[in-house]
Amino acid sequence: MKIKKGFVAKGFVALATAAVLLSSAVYAKTLRYANQGDLKSLDPYTLNETTTNAHLANVYEGLVKRDRSLNVVPALAERWETPEPTRWRFYLRKGVKFQNGEDFTADDVIFSADRLRAPGSNHTTRVPKDAKFVKIDDHTVDVILGVPNPILLNQWEYWMIVSKKWAEANGSAAPTPANATTPSYISLNANGTGPFKIESHQPGVKTVFKPNAGWWSKPEHNLDEIIFTPIASDATRVAALLSGEVDLIEPVPIQDIQRVNSASNVQVLAGPELRTIYLGMDQTRDELLESSVKGKNPFKDKRVREAFYKAIDIETIKTRVMRGLSTPSALMIAPELFPLSKDFVRPKFDPDGAKKLLADAGYPNGFEVGFDCPNDRYVNDGPICQAIVGMLARVGIKLNALIQPKAQYFAKVLKPNGFKTSFYLLGWTPNTLDSHNVLYDIIGCRDDEKSARGETNLGGYCNKQLDGLSDQILGETDATKRNAMIKQAFQIAYDDYAYIPLHQQALAWGVSKTLKMAQRADNAITFGWITKD
Amino acid sequence: MLAFIIRRILQSCMVLLTVALLAFTMFRFVGDPVAQIVSLDTPAEEVRKVRESLGLDDPVIVQMGRYLYKAVQLDFGISYQFRQPVIELLAERAPATLELALISSLLSLAIGIPMGVYTALRRDSVFARVFQSISLVGVSLPTFLIGILLIYLFAVTLGWLPSFGRGQVVTVSGRWSTGLLTASGLKALILPSITLGLYQMTLIMRLVRAEMLEVLRSDHIKFARARGLTTRAIHFRHALKSTLVPVITIAGLQLGSIIAFAVITETVFQWPGMGALFLKAVQNVDIPIMAAYLMIISALFVTINMVVDLLYAFVDPRLRATIKG
Repeated sequence: MKIKKGFVAKGFVALATAAVLLSSAVYAKTLRYANQGDLKSLDPYTLNETTTNAHLANVYEGLVKRDRSLNVVPALAERWETPEPTRWRFYLRKGVKFQNGEDFTADDVIFSADRLRAPGSNHTTRVPKDAKFVKIDDHTVDVILGVPNPILLNQWEYWMIVSKKWAEANGSAAPTPANATTPSYISLNANGTGPFKIESHQPGVKTVFKPNAGWWSKPEHNLDEIIFTPIASDATRVAALLSGEVDLIEPVPIQDIQRVNSASNVQVLAGPELRTIYLGMDQTRDELLESSVKGKNPFKDKRVREAFYKAIDIETIKTRVMRGLSTPSALMIAPELFPLSKDFVRPKFDPDGAKKLLADAGYPNGFEVGFDCPNDRYVNDGPICQAIVGMLARVGIKLNALIQPKAQYFAKVLKPNGFKTSFYLLGWTPNTLDSHNVLYDIIGCRDDEKSARGETNLGGYCNKQLDGLSDQILGETDATKRNAMIKQAFQIAYDDYAYIPLHQQALAWGVSKTLKMAQRADNAITFGWITKD
Repeated sequence: MLAFIIRRILQSCMVLLTVALLAFTMFRFVGDPVAQIVSLDTPAEEVRKVRESLGLDDPVIVQMGRYLYKAVQLDFGISYQFRQPVIELLAERAPATLELALISSLLSLAIGIPMGVYTALRRDSVFARVFQSISLVGVSLPTFLIGILLIYLFAVTLGWLPSFGRGQVVTVSGRWSTGLLTASGLKALILPSITLGLYQMTLIMRLVRAEMLEVLRSDHIKFARARGLTTRAIHFRHALKSTLVPVITIAGLQLGSIIAFAVITETVFQWPGMGALFLKAVQNVDIPIMAAYLMIISALFVTINMVVDLLYAFVDPRLRATIKG
């Protein structure tokens, strides 16, 4: 009898276990997700690219991270202080473990700081070259800077901390360079401290994420698994969402937004993005490379730049080309990133005024100029350029547009090729999410060969007063003073018509109605904020 | 015969060298790989170092020589995008492409031949006309459009078939991942293989039809009729048999182009094969992948052509005589 009882009890246990297994199989919440881009390498220092960074940030963590509205908040560093302007002290979170079970300590931070700045890393600018990392104890690190830097932490969300022991044990102490001759372990395997771990990864095919049960914080998601597939073809990605084969896609092409919204099971989650799309003009050369005007450079004349600006009907671009999904901009930075943006207003669209300005500058019949444009980099970039060609034709400017894929476009216009462009369209998100980066990289003078200032200033606009301001801004720690100086610097560029800002494009995600999620303006998809019904 | 084979192999090597030279000349125009490797705000000094380390400033012929020197040792380099050996990436993707190509070819034969026979025998029937019109569509509509139409109809509207991917795959003998053994894998094969095979199918149908009409007029069929054989025997035992020789030749040769031109179909259906990998590589100027893919595909074509030539020589005594002489 006794034996029988035990047998029955065992049977019950088995049944109960089976039931639990079954129900968990039924209710397992799997997020199926497709992105246009790809998670190319799992080594968090190999590529500096939005899609790769954002996906890896679900697995690896930095000392700090950004919340839903992009504020810097503590992550692996619990708190920090600046005893001197050039010394930062970070108190590391205790009890944090890497996904392979190792403890996270100060050694990992110091190792990661060196690895990030080693040859082959594409993130070298995230941590100043001359910054020294000093271990105080296992959970305290001092960072000693050469010059004060109030925005030191701004780029540190994507400076992801790698385990020293693990990387060294797997021959991955150095970042994998592009000319590597042997494959690297770390580009196919991940070991972070983050809320998710990577269960399997086939580059360009499929990546499976699973929650990290040992994560140090309380999860806000209810997912059991995430299956990520890159789907490059727009039509296929939208079809996969509409047919319910995936729950989430990024991006939804502008022309499909209405179709997605009219379906019963899915919707579009749209919001402003941080990237500013703008036009630039070669103001350096004495004669433009591609123009009918010989012997002089019309863009050196401020009236010509103003005329170009006023000839562009930004509202038409917004309504016709962008289908309402853009925010016309007067500045070279998104309003979310600079609180005083609202003090600037775009000059009015005024084709007659533009014609008059051109006549005053000595071009009553206009002129011809080349126009470089990518067609697969920004939202509807090709059509925007076509619209601009039409708009400038109305004031007598004939643009010879060269609209080509980004690979060829960037090869032509960037610094390594000697900025071979006269007039171009480009987009920029400051990776610090701060104005200084725009003032330094895009608007700063590029006349000093040794300095990195103005490296992406393809047109070569230069104003020494603005440069002086941007140097002061870099070291200024008082926020009000700093913003006032930033405003002053932007005002100079605005008055000079240094650039023609167009708009901030919108981001659009296609989301199943069973999902609840937060959307961050930098287009990073954070799995930790997703719940599925 | 041996001299002929050696000559053919030498010729094939010349073809491959020419392809390599053309490819490396073309890479100059696909864009700057370094701009894809670094980000927009990478300091110029670093950019210069990357370019130098990849040897991109060397003349085309030096770059090509270096590549070939490694390639003959089966080292195809490391992908710029994925930092993984190209040979492994291609090997991982090859089963998907080969399965898709095989199923498409079988499908095009299984449907194309009966349709061709039917349209030849019942030239004026309604169905024959319908088949003829369908074949016109198959020949003239571009692959990506057919793919998107099929996705829209069968995946979005009807919800019967998946719109992308390979479904569930299982790994056989350690390396080969197959979708042929699972229900979802087979379902996922249907739309892409129709898309890829439609052109071949119409080609085979038209070829069978034309050949069949030709054969039906020939003497041995007339004799067969005179001998009083049944129509069925005449059509299927005698006429169809003599029709199939050119059909098999074409189908064999087309297998090469199905593999090579799966690029579009794979991209539309997010089919994780070599073609999709190649297209992504072109967009990202991933020269090691592009070069390896082009070399593999040209090697494939060269091999198929050589085998066909040798088979011809084997089958046709007249050719054999010329070769010996």
